[in-house]
Amino acid sequence: MLKPETSTTTTAVKRRVSDPLWVRIVLISLTFLFFVFFIFLPLGMVFAQAFQKGWAFYLECITEPYAIKALQLTLTTVAIVVPLNALFGLSAAWAITKFNFRGKATLKTLLDLPFAVSPVIAGLIFVLLVGSRTPFGGWLGEHGIKIIFSTPGIIIATLFVTFPFIARELIPLMEAQSRDEEEAALTLGAKGWQIFSKITLPNIRWGLLYGMILCSARSIGEFGAVSVVSGHIRGQTNTVPLHVEILYSEYNFTASFAVASILVFLALLTVVGKVSLEKHFQKHSLEN
Amino acid sequence: MGIELQNISKQFTGYTALDNINLSIATGDLIALLGPSGCGKTTLLRIIAGLESADSGKIILEGKDTTNLSPREKNVGFVFQHYALFRRLNVFENVAFGLKVLERSKRPSKSEINDRVEHLLKLVQMEWAIKRYPSQLSGGQRQRVALARALAVNPKVLLLDEPFSALDAKVRQELRRWLRKLHEEIHVTSIFVTHDQEEALELADRIVVINKGRIEQQGSPQEVYDHPANAFVYNFLGNVNVFHGRIKEGMVSLGEHLVDAPDELKNVDEKPSQTFVRPHEIGISKIRSSETDVIGTIREIRLLGGQIGLNLSCEGFEHPIEAEVPRELYLNLQLSKGDKVFVSFNRVKVFSGDYEI
Repeated sequence: MLKPETSTTTTAVKRRVSDPLWVRIVLISLTFLFFVFFIFLPLGMVFAQAFQKGWAFYLECITEPYAIKALQLTLTTVAIVVPLNALFGLSAAWAITKFNFRGKATLKTLLDLPFAVSPVIAGLIFVLLVGSRTPFGGWLGEHGIKIIFSTPGIIIATLFVTFPFIARELIPLMEAQSRDEEEAALTLGAKGWQIFSKITLPNIRWGLLYGMILCSARSIGEFGAVSVVSGHIRGQTNTVPLHVEILYSEYNFTASFAVASILVFLALLTVVGKVSLEKHFQKHSLEN
Repeated sequence: MGIELQNISKQFTGYTALDNINLSIATGDLIALLGPSGCGKTTLLRIIAGLESADSGKIILEGKDTTNLSPREKNVGFVFQHYALFRRLNVFENVAFGLKVLERSKRPSKSEINDRVEHLLKLVQMEWAIKRYPSQLSGGQRQRVALARALAVNPKVLLLDEPFSALDAKVRQELRRWLRKLHEEIHVTSIFVTHDQEEALELADRIVVINKGRIEQQGSPQEVYDHPANAFVYNFLGNVNVFHGRIKEGMVSLGEHLVDAPDELKNVDEKPSQTFVRPHEIGISKIRSSETDVIGTIREIRLLGGQIGLNLSCEGFEHPIEAEVPRELYLNLQLSKGDKVFVSFNRVKVFSGDYEI
C-alpha cells in the first residue's frame, strides 16, 4: 500500500515543479535562436569571409610575415603573462586566505578593479605612468629601456587586465579548504616549500589550471589596453587582435577575417580545455 | 616530567582563552583535557604543538624549553578532529610523509621507510589499506591512519584533538578501547582533548578539567569523579540532580527538607547552597526505611541500557528528580507509572555559594 502511494506523490511533485509544455518550448527555442544569431551565425560568417577567396588566399593571409609576427607577439605575451599571473595569483590567494592582516578586505575588493575598469583606461594609466614624457619613462628611456610602444608595454597592459583571473579562481577554493592538512604537514616536520609543493599545490592544481586557461584566453584576445600602449607598428608591436583591426580598417576584409579565424581557433581550444577541466573537477569533487 | 606547562596565558580579541595554566604531566601518561566547548582546551593543545602561540608562559617537553620552537621542530604528533589526512596521497604516502620530508642526512632509506610504515599500519590494524586513498576509508579507519602518521616521526608527545568526536557512538567506543590498548603498548606521553566525560573517565590516567580557560581540577578519574573539587566539576562529570537551597545553622535545605551539612560547611554563616545528587545515588523503595525518606510519584520510566531511568515528582521539591535504578530492582519492585515510592538520597554533595554553571 505504501509504495504506490509514495510513487504517485513523487510524480505529482514532479508535475507541479516543472513548467507547462509551451513555456519549455518557448524558452528552449529562444535559447536556440540566441545561440544561432549571436554565436553560430557570426562564427560562420568569420569562416565564410575568411575563405571567400579560397584556401590559397586564406593560407597566404595567415602566413604573410606581418600576420606571423603578430601571432608570435601574441603567443610571447601569453607565454610571459600567464606564468607571471599564476605566480601573482597564487601569492595573492595565499596571502588573502592564510594570513590575517589589515587591509585584507580592501585588497580583495581591489582585485576586481581590472575587471571593472575599461581596458582603454588601463592602457592609458600605463602610458601616463611610464610613457616617454613622464619623468620615470624618461629616465628609463635614457637607459635604453622602452616600455610604451614596445613589447614590455603590451605585456604589462595584458598583465594588468588579466591578473584577477587566477587569484579569483583560487581564493574561494583555498578558503573552502581548511588549514588542517597544512597544519598536519607542519607538525610532521615539513618545511614551507614542502608543504606548498606536496600538499597545497596538489589540492588546488585544477583550479590553478582553470584560472590559467581563462587568463590565456583573455591575454590572447585583449584589445583595448594593448591598443593604447602598442603604437600599432606593423611587424613589431601588433598583436593578432590589433592586426585584425588594421586589416579591417584597410578594407582588407578577407585577410582580416582569415587572421580573425586564428583567434576563433584559439578561443575554441580554450573552451574545450575549460570543459574538459570542468569534467575533471566534478569527478574529483565527487571523490572527496 | 614529560610535559611541563608554566603560566600559560592566551588572550583572543574580546576574551581570555587561557588564564595562567600550570600543568605537569609525567612521561608515558595518557591525559585527558576535559571541558565544555569553548573552554580553551583545544587552544591549549595547539599551543603545546606550536600551532598557536601563547601570550606568556613556558612549554617544556622532556626537559627542553620548546616555547619558541615552530611546530616543525617540536617533534610532537598531532591528531586532528577531522583526521586531516592528505587526500591526494594514499595511505602509505600519508604515513611516510613525516619521514620523507626529513633532511637527507636524517632521512631513513627507502626500505627502512617501507618497513616502518608497514609496522605502523600493522599497529593500527590498517595494513590492508596501504594503497587506498583517504576518501575510500571510513571515519574510524581514517583516524587510525592519522594516528599511524603522527607516530611515524617518533614523537616525544602525542596530542589528540577530539580524536573521536566526529565518529558515531559504536566506532567511538571501539576506538577508545583500542587507543587505550595501543597506549599501553607504545607508552608515548599523550594528551587528548575531549568534551565527553565518559571518554575521559574510561581512557585517561589523569583528567584535567578545564572551564573558562582555567584548570578546575586534576587527578585520576576516580579522584575527579568521587571527589569533585567544585560544583562545576561535579556537574560536568555526569548526570546530576541540582537542588538550590541555603546553608543555615549546620543544616542544608534540600527542597523543603533539611539535611546535615557536611563538616567543612557546619560553621559557615547563612549562605546559598547547591546540593548535588547523582541519579544512581538515589535509592527507591516501596517501604519507608528511614525518617528522611521523601515520598515521590513516578512520572516517567525510561530504558537506559542496563539501568532504568525514573522521573519522579517528590513532595517538597519544586522540580522533578531523575533517578536510575538497576533493572533487577525495577523488576522486583514491579514499578509502574504513577506508583508512590520512597526516595532516599544515599550520597549528597553540598557546595556553598551560587556557582553558575
